Amino acid sequence: MSTVVLLLFTGVGLGAIYFLVASGLSLIYGLMHVLNFAHGVFLSLGAFLGFEVASRLGATTWTGFAASLLVGALAGALFAALTERLLVQRLYERHIEQVLVTVGLGLAAVALFDGIWGTDPRFISGPAWMGRTTSVLGANVPNDRFVAILVAGLVLLGMVLFLRRTRYGMIIRAGVENRAMVTALGIDVRTAFTLVFTIGGIAAGLGGVLASHYFGYVSPLLGQTLLIFAFIVTVIGGLGSLTGAAIASVVVALLQQFANYYLWGTGDLAVVVLLAVVLLTRPSGLMGRRA
Amino acid sequence: MTSTSPREDTRAGAPSSAEPVLRVRDLRAHVAGQQVVEHVDLDVAPVGVTALLGRNGVGKTSTIKAVLGLVGRSGTVELDGTDLVALPTHLVVRRGVGYVPEDREVFAGLTVTDNLRLAERRGSEHRYDLVYDLFPELKERGAQAAGTLSGGQQQMVSLARALLNENRVLLVDEPTKGLAPRLVQEVSRVLARAAQVAPILLVEQNLQVVRDLAEHAVVLTDGRSVHHGPAADLLADEELTQRLLGVHTDTGADSGADTGAGAGAGAAPRRAAHEEGPA
Repeated sequence: MSTVVLLLFTGVGLGAIYFLVASGLSLIYGLMHVLNFAHGVFLSLGAFLGFEVASRLGATTWTGFAASLLVGALAGALFAALTERLLVQRLYERHIEQVLVTVGLGLAAVALFDGIWGTDPRFISGPAWMGRTTSVLGANVPNDRFVAILVAGLVLLGMVLFLRRTRYGMIIRAGVENRAMVTALGIDVRTAFTLVFTIGGIAAGLGGVLASHYFGYVSPLLGQTLLIFAFIVTVIGGLGSLTGAAIASVVVALLQQFANYYLWGTGDLAVVVLLAVVLLTRPSGLMGRRA
Repeated sequence: MTSTSPREDTRAGAPSSAEPVLRVRDLRAHVAGQQVVEHVDLDVAPVGVTALLGRNGVGKTSTIKAVLGLVGRSGTVELDGTDLVALPTHLVVRRGVGYVPEDREVFAGLTVTDNLRLAERRGSEHRYDLVYDLFPELKERGAQAAGTLSGGQQQMVSLARALLNENRVLLVDEPTKGLAPRLVQEVSRVLARAAQVAPILLVEQNLQVVRDLAEHAVVLTDGRSVHHGPAADLLADEELTQRLLGVHTDTGADSGADTGAGAGAGAAPRRAAHEEGPA
């Protein structure tokens, strides 16, 4: 029983991190039809800069941790906004080129991180409480899982409120449905593009800081490794659907954890099998509107 | 003879009133590298309804989309004497161009109220009084998702989005398509009222609606404008109507216009795919 509980919390915690990456990917694809292969490096930059700030302010203090989250989010936001303005938007409507430029940016950024921080993982520490465990139904659950779940929950809530309650949110939702008609109402949809990238960057930057605590290290490849699973999550959830991304994040992470534990470490394989099953039975994903 | 003499008509039958509000010259449009509009000249008179007619697939919808910049285009598109051809769609629209697309294109996931709020343009007054007066149902169904409305109600939302702002011209593409006869009359009544506020360029297959509303008519064949003149004269000339539109006018039956045009048009099928555009 305690093993199941531990796997549940660990799975949902990992799902929270997947969601922070996948939510941005899904919104970006939904609105702009761009598969953003550079999304993982937004996360890595957030993780590295968060790590730098925390180690200067005191990695084991809550102030240092809070500052690392803030800096991670800002770094992700800025990197994403610049990527959109300087690279993606110049290739408006040219989807193949947009994919190529994001792939290239991903490779170049990883090389840059290698140059600055080295290829070896940097092991990190956080506030003492986060390294301890809390007993839940007999299972000793590492506390960083709760933090990841809480932050991802707040990000989900924030995104939903933004999409539902603000004019820009409305533009984004309408744009995911029918972008041409949004422009035909006199709306400059490119502002919404930059905004969606920025929001995705914030979530990815936060995800970077949390992932570094979850795994215990930062490395230049951290983001791009998570990106693969985030893409799978996005496809399973339905491209463009935030709710779908949230559900699929948790499903994928739980499946991965349970398969790793009970099925001889076949977690990654199980995820790919799930992807295949979903694509064969529901090609547009769990919550997708269209293929 | 057919392609030159009607253009003489333009001058002869052109509105005696002031300059056209929308002046299109040598408009060409392409979709995915394929030319879908080859040479269109048309004027939208400063008052009333100008009908854009032609068999299925001759490029009427593409012409409208080209005016808006929703498809790649070249030529001249002047609104009140200013050329808009280099502007992106949202800036064309902000100059005062209202658009009611062929398939309504309401935002299915948004509520009726949000569909209207999204259409509010800055720098324009928002005429909710007019809109709710024309379509009281939209007020009652404000909280309903637009995707759950019937076709006729969706058409109301689509018309309301365009009528909400102050426009110099309205581009209305097949507003009665697929509607029951009662709703066709309703839409026709709304358009008549809208035309008092802003001139309309109307694509319409239902010739009875054209007869009721339009003063002027432009006819396209194979992506080219081949006839300009008073709508009444065109519809009164059975031989001309039969040749250009592929329909008999005497019945005035809307069903005949739709199916007859498709079946009778030899040149239509090749272009039909482009005319449809993305759903």
